[in-house]
Amino acid sequence: MVLLTLLAVVTIGVVRTRNLFGVVVLAGIYSLLMASVLIVLDAVDVAMTEAAVGAGVSTVLLLATLHLTKSMEYPQPRKAYLPLFVAVGTGAAIVWGTYSLPPFGTPDNVIHKHVVPRYLADSVKETMVPNVVTSVLADYRGYDTLGETTVIFTAGIGVLLLLKGRRRRRHEDRPGEGGAT
Amino acid sequence: MKLDLILRIGVKFLLPFVLLFALYVQFHGELGPGGGFQAGVITAGMVILYAIIFGVDAAKRIAPQRMVEFMVPLGVLIFAGTGVAGLLLGKNFLDYSVLAHDAPHGRELGIFLVELGVLITVSGTMTALFYAFSERGR
Amino acid sequence: MQHVKTFIGHYNYFITIFLMVSGLYIVIARGNMIKKLVGLALFQTSVYLLYVEPGKIIGGTAPILDPAFKVYSNPLPHVLILTAIVVGVATLALGLAIVARIHEAYGTIEEDEIFAREAQE
Repeated sequence: MVLLTLLAVVTIGVVRTRNLFGVVVLAGIYSLLMASVLIVLDAVDVAMTEAAVGAGVSTVLLLATLHLTKSMEYPQPRKAYLPLFVAVGTGAAIVWGTYSLPPFGTPDNVIHKHVVPRYLADSVKETMVPNVVTSVLADYRGYDTLGETTVIFTAGIGVLLLLKGRRRRRHEDRPGEGGAT
Repeated sequence: MKLDLILRIGVKFLLPFVLLFALYVQFHGELGPGGGFQAGVITAGMVILYAIIFGVDAAKRIAPQRMVEFMVPLGVLIFAGTGVAGLLLGKNFLDYSVLAHDAPHGRELGIFLVELGVLITVSGTMTALFYAFSERGR
Repeated sequence: MQHVKTFIGHYNYFITIFLMVSGLYIVIARGNMIKKLVGLALFQTSVYLLYVEPGKIIGGTAPILDPAFKVYSNPLPHVLILTAIVVGVATLALGLAIVARIHEAYGTIEEDEIFAREAQE
């Protein structure tokens, strides 16, 4: 698929680019392409969430941090052979693992067998909600969604604790000021 | 500055439609794609867009910082409260079927309340994050 | 011939694994902290793709029940990945807040410089 090849090209761009602003813009493009790929895979809820969150909030937060830190990436002083080897080795192991997956898109895959026919058949009868993803998310698996909302709440509280209040002026002779505001 | 003027008038015209779209996505999450998370992020995006064009102080007039920080735990409270309501009425935690006169209507009402709670928390958190990051850089 | 057929059937998985591996490479090989966090976000997004791909049925449609359609794609990965996306952005926000504080404390966000400065003290 053409979209997936475009994604691979954008990723190589992110690895090679040193200007951090360019990296953030390329990450936004990556998010948009990922949302398009997800629509082709019939995952419409996931695509909408990925587009809104990845190309919206994520890009805004990265740009805000760039504004706070104002730097560009330095060139690497040593060649990175060990990480490359580790990454390629992990990739080869995973490729060997996915070799036994059934080919893409067959309807008699094992994961369509256990609980999903019941969800698809009974969703309207038991909850009167045609969108199966919403009914599973909020009703059949509502406990996970409670946990997820708590995670968002915790992240918000954490960031407010770290960043609330004005930044103090740093003096030149003091190396660190990590204390509480 | 001419370019600035085009952006300002265009954004002023566009923002009510963004809010309307966010509410549409929230309430039609049962009939089509959508739901609480998407609507919350779109609402936060609307406030962030307003803050980028007109300044953070103007955005704080339409979405005050106290209210936004109050919204963050309020959504979790609504969600957990719906679960506990099921517990108090005699059945399991997060069992919505006792909230209305019969089981399917009860579950639909439960899903509606839960998505509302998620919308409030997600939009409040994203806006509070943006306010925190922009305040630090003053 | 069998291998070529397998390759074409699994092409999507191979590209996804390439995205995953390059995200992992950015996290472990680059020293700049913001670039590491962007690499982490790329890695997470490729994992979402890896989860959604086996759920698709060719000829099916989005899992919204409607009398006109008979075959639906599997909705269960969509639910799990929706949760994962929002948790991912929460993690990214916390990581960026920590990076901002590190910059205030040390004046730089390059890993090598921070290690050198820690070794001096």
